[in-house]
Amino acid sequence: MKTALAVLRKDLLLELRTLETIPAMALFSITTFVIFHFGLNRPTVDGQLAAGVLTVTLLFAGILGVNRLFVAEREQGGFDAFLLAPVDRSALLVAKAGALFLFLLALEVIAVPAFSLLLLGPSLGPALPSMIAVLALADLGIAVIGTLVSALAVQTRARDVIGPVIGLPLLIPALIATARALGPLLGAHGPAALPGKWLLILALYDLVFALIAYAVFDFLLED
Amino acid sequence: METPAIELRGVARYFGERIALRDITVAVPAGATLAVLGRNGAGKSTLLRVLATLLRQHAGEVSLLGEPLPERAFAVRGRLGLLAHEPLLYRDLSGRENLRYQARLYGVSAERVEELLRAVRMERRADDPVRLLSRGMVQRVAVCRSVLHDPEILLLDEARANLDPGASELVEPLVGRPAGRTRVITSHDPQAALAEADLALGLRDGRATFFLAADQVTPDHVRELYA
Repeated sequence: MKTALAVLRKDLLLELRTLETIPAMALFSITTFVIFHFGLNRPTVDGQLAAGVLTVTLLFAGILGVNRLFVAEREQGGFDAFLLAPVDRSALLVAKAGALFLFLLALEVIAVPAFSLLLLGPSLGPALPSMIAVLALADLGIAVIGTLVSALAVQTRARDVIGPVIGLPLLIPALIATARALGPLLGAHGPAALPGKWLLILALYDLVFALIAYAVFDFLLED
Repeated sequence: METPAIELRGVARYFGERIALRDITVAVPAGATLAVLGRNGAGKSTLLRVLATLLRQHAGEVSLLGEPLPERAFAVRGRLGLLAHEPLLYRDLSGRENLRYQARLYGVSAERVEELLRAVRMERRADDPVRLLSRGMVQRVAVCRSVLHDPEILLLDEARANLDPGASELVEPLVGRPAGRTRVITSHDPQAALAEADLALGLRDGRATFFLAADQVTPDHVRELYA
């Protein structure tokens, strides 16, 4: 855990210095909301449509973070430096997934209010506590799968393509569960009860992929 | 008989169909220095990466400090240091931040970081981002990184690249013979490498052309190697 914290701390420091990932993700999401605004030709959205727009936008913005997750390790020798150290290699998975999770949270702090301002019909306030729970579970799934895919993609020359091509199909179940869980929360007449079924599916999905990632991550780092 | 610190028997390594190393057999006693000589692309860096546990051999046996690789790689990682072509430092972090990060990975104290920065006279520029440092300064920080955990085996790929004579002297107690470590060094200056080595391995197209005591390597050996 100490190793994972050391790597996480380094990644957060690097993001703070370079501001390469979070601002790009935030800008992308706001631009996408504007595009949806004009593309749908509607002043506001609610219900399942609003949930779909928000989920898809956050997912695509998250892919930007996924693509950049291991770039410094690859380009500046961080991989070699880490692999030389006498540490458990799974710590890199935990740290990178943790960093991506925090990047996604930071993105949502900006993107969700922007969505409310630019597109969402109903008021955000009443739905917010439940939304936070759904989005946190969705972020966990994106973080775990994104880290796995990014570690795989960064070893290839076509890493910018490989990330989305492999990551997005794997994330479809999370996308469905997140959108279905958010839909009732964004209803035109105020939030309905949180759909426990979809929340459970999302949690199970996170757990299964976390176990898979833990099992295979070492092999991705091997020569 | 004492187990060699480094032992390779019939080691081969391929990249696709290209043979980077073939049938390399070498034994280096503890505390000795092996100079690996050869033209660009001869396999020197590949050999160092195999010894650093970053690459697996495809044939043959490698053992470091009595531990077979790759099976027991985890047991030797904390006992070897690598100074490669790349400094393995994050450009947007300062030298001090890079070393402190590495120190956390190796379980080394922050005092050791400061001690090394002082040793290479980098304490004044240690808080500048690495991207703002000259190549020589980056190399000095990279030297600190490679010996942070006081490794028993040191793998040096052009260790003095970008260093002026004064800086070379500064790093000598850390990476030179006085440190008493088992070393594998590569250099494009064969005479300089042989002068600080006990053993010499000549590589040509991944194959060993000689493995001799350094003082037995003749100018003809060197000429043939680089011809």
